[in-house]
Amino acid sequence: MTIEELDQIAQSVRAVNAKFDYEVNVCMGTGCLSQHSDQLKDALVKEVEAQGKNALIRRTGCMGLCAAGPLVLSDPDEILYQHVKAGNAQQVVASLGARPIPELQCELREHFDQQVHIVLENSGHIDPERIDDYIAHDGYRALLTALNDMTPNGVIRQITESGLRGRGGGGYPTGLKWNTVAKAPGDVKYVICNGDEGDPGAFMDRSVLESDPQRVIEGMAIAAYAVGASKGFVYVRAEYPLAVARLTACLREARRRGLLGNNIGNTPFNFDVEIRLGAGAFVCGEETALIASIEGRRGTPRPRPPYPAVSGLFGKPTLINNVETFANIAPIIRKGGRWFASIGSERSKGTKVFALTGKITNTGLVEVPMGIKLREIIEVIGGGVPGGHKFKAVQTGGPSGGCLPAEMLDIGVSYDALVKVGSIMGSGGMIVMDDTSCMVNVAKFFIEFCMTESCGKCIPCRAGTAQMYRLLTRICEGEGTMDDLELLVELSDTIKSTSLCGLGQTAPNPVLSTLKYFRSEYIDHIVHKRCLAGVCDIHAPLSETGAHQEVMA
Amino acid sequence: MDEGLIAKNSPPPMRLNKGGIVPAFTPPPLPSDDKRWKIVNGTMRKNGFARHALIETLHTVQSSFGYLDDAAITFVARSLRVPLSQAYGVVTFYHYFSLKPPGKHTMTICSGTACYIKGSDKLIAAAEKRLGIPQGQTTKDGKISLMTARCVGACGRAPVVLTDGELCGQMENEPMIEQLERWAVE
Repeated sequence: MTIEELDQIAQSVRAVNAKFDYEVNVCMGTGCLSQHSDQLKDALVKEVEAQGKNALIRRTGCMGLCAAGPLVLSDPDEILYQHVKAGNAQQVVASLGARPIPELQCELREHFDQQVHIVLENSGHIDPERIDDYIAHDGYRALLTALNDMTPNGVIRQITESGLRGRGGGGYPTGLKWNTVAKAPGDVKYVICNGDEGDPGAFMDRSVLESDPQRVIEGMAIAAYAVGASKGFVYVRAEYPLAVARLTACLREARRRGLLGNNIGNTPFNFDVEIRLGAGAFVCGEETALIASIEGRRGTPRPRPPYPAVSGLFGKPTLINNVETFANIAPIIRKGGRWFASIGSERSKGTKVFALTGKITNTGLVEVPMGIKLREIIEVIGGGVPGGHKFKAVQTGGPSGGCLPAEMLDIGVSYDALVKVGSIMGSGGMIVMDDTSCMVNVAKFFIEFCMTESCGKCIPCRAGTAQMYRLLTRICEGEGTMDDLELLVELSDTIKSTSLCGLGQTAPNPVLSTLKYFRSEYIDHIVHKRCLAGVCDIHAPLSETGAHQEVMA
Repeated sequence: MDEGLIAKNSPPPMRLNKGGIVPAFTPPPLPSDDKRWKIVNGTMRKNGFARHALIETLHTVQSSFGYLDDAAITFVARSLRVPLSQAYGVVTFYHYFSLKPPGKHTMTICSGTACYIKGSDKLIAAAEKRLGIPQGQTTKDGKISLMTARCVGACGRAPVVLTDGELCGQMENEPMIEQLERWAVE
């Protein structure tokens, strides 16, 4: 495969598409599929035949606005229809080239206008299982350019210049990581794509793998060329069957086209990728635990150094990056590191994909430039809190992140700014809570999660999270004391500074951040024996409550 | 675990290849004529019976049989020359593997953060009350298993349940209980 051959494929795809008067894209991501968008697509195909319209019906990946699914995008008029059922097929096909259907039309300009799509540029526009569709959207051009015109060092220089930082949450500079692996001695090296998206409330990686899997594979191949690896693994959660199926199809197609395998692009570069299924362990998102899991062992982390970049999978130098990090690579090589560095804030470049969920109107996937204010994401893009409720907190960074109150909404989203206010970027989950959520109960929920997901290897995490859970349960039941709060803080400090891996080191974050910003709710539970959100079940005799209030007053 | 399983037919002790000759390894025979064992064996063969294929193989067993019993774990461990303790450790470490056969139908309620914020705890409580079993168990008649999941990644449609693996979003108590009723009288 050469660049000329890529061009030929792209041209033939465009020529085929040009024969159609209309293109109708039907979202078939997990969210829309659960509302039977597959039946909708079949109905649309039948209807196009029946009405004799010259239209192409295409299956695509996630369009982002999961709350309004199933979604249908008709081109060239760029009209987005929401909540489309199979029964609406006749209407939708009839509206092609005619007046749009007002009751189905989705008018959310502000939702889309604020977004900048780099990772999601193809999502919702290409058929994820057809490699030719991806090639027609400049796919694999970056890989072949890198192989033919760039040295491995040149590739790393571009990535370093772009300022890209790991999108899994840690924010380690990607260029630096690649450089370390490239310099590590050894003939055999590995590239691993971390798709073990364990954070509950986050589904960016699932969406990228379902909507545009080739982009991730291309990114991995470029990385392999840069660091000198010839074998890659994608570690995906077994809970994502659709992503696994699409990834499998995508690997088969890439091999068929000669974009994986031996002598890629008529160069001496060989690379192939295998899929490894996770088995439901949150800790496997940690890189050394993930490596243990690929090696067929229990997913327990080990002390670092040595870092995987020096001694990783099977003891060889290993590059591990997140799905979203790899998805950023091809555009950077195509358009240059400087272009990427021009987007975003000073120390966090590019864009970030967020999964916007919880009590918010437009739940779904959004991609925004770094540095954008939280308020813009929640109120403008997300459409605010529905049902007349009041915004209370937004939780970023999954179970190891923090809950931020309304006063913090004006900070810009970047790795450093979020750490400064006691949260983390994390992999990109953003869960909005309103006044019906009790923050003490939320903290308990996260600590319970960390407690059950702790692998048990180191004591601070294993025993510490269990003790924290016990204290929080007591507070939620109205039996806590003010001393418990101090104990919680003390325990949190111990767990943070002495745990072996990221799970334990960040597990107390939700408790610390809610203690900092929502301390009054803890005091409500302890002193006044009440839960204003009405979530916790507190059975305290009234007289006792009164006595405590007097003490406080 | 059954003690006899470990003592009986244990493979010859392996020597590391340090100058000496390692005896050719013959994988143990399939536990029964069940065709599904051939699928399991296929996965191991594809990976050259390498030890690191343990989790891959256990996945195949679970998807073919629905769960992992002692016979299956022993067979896989012996075929891959992995200590039985390690295989058992892996099976019990990962949530995805189950040691008990599932019910005829499975209701899985997502308890991820987005679903929790939207009230999945109430769904779990309602299902537990209707079935009379705690989460993670199967009804006595073997008809319905009630499971919870740590996020299935469909947070945009929270709260989410999986009815026999099929994803249903924005679930409420009533339709879920109705589904359970339908399964119960089947």
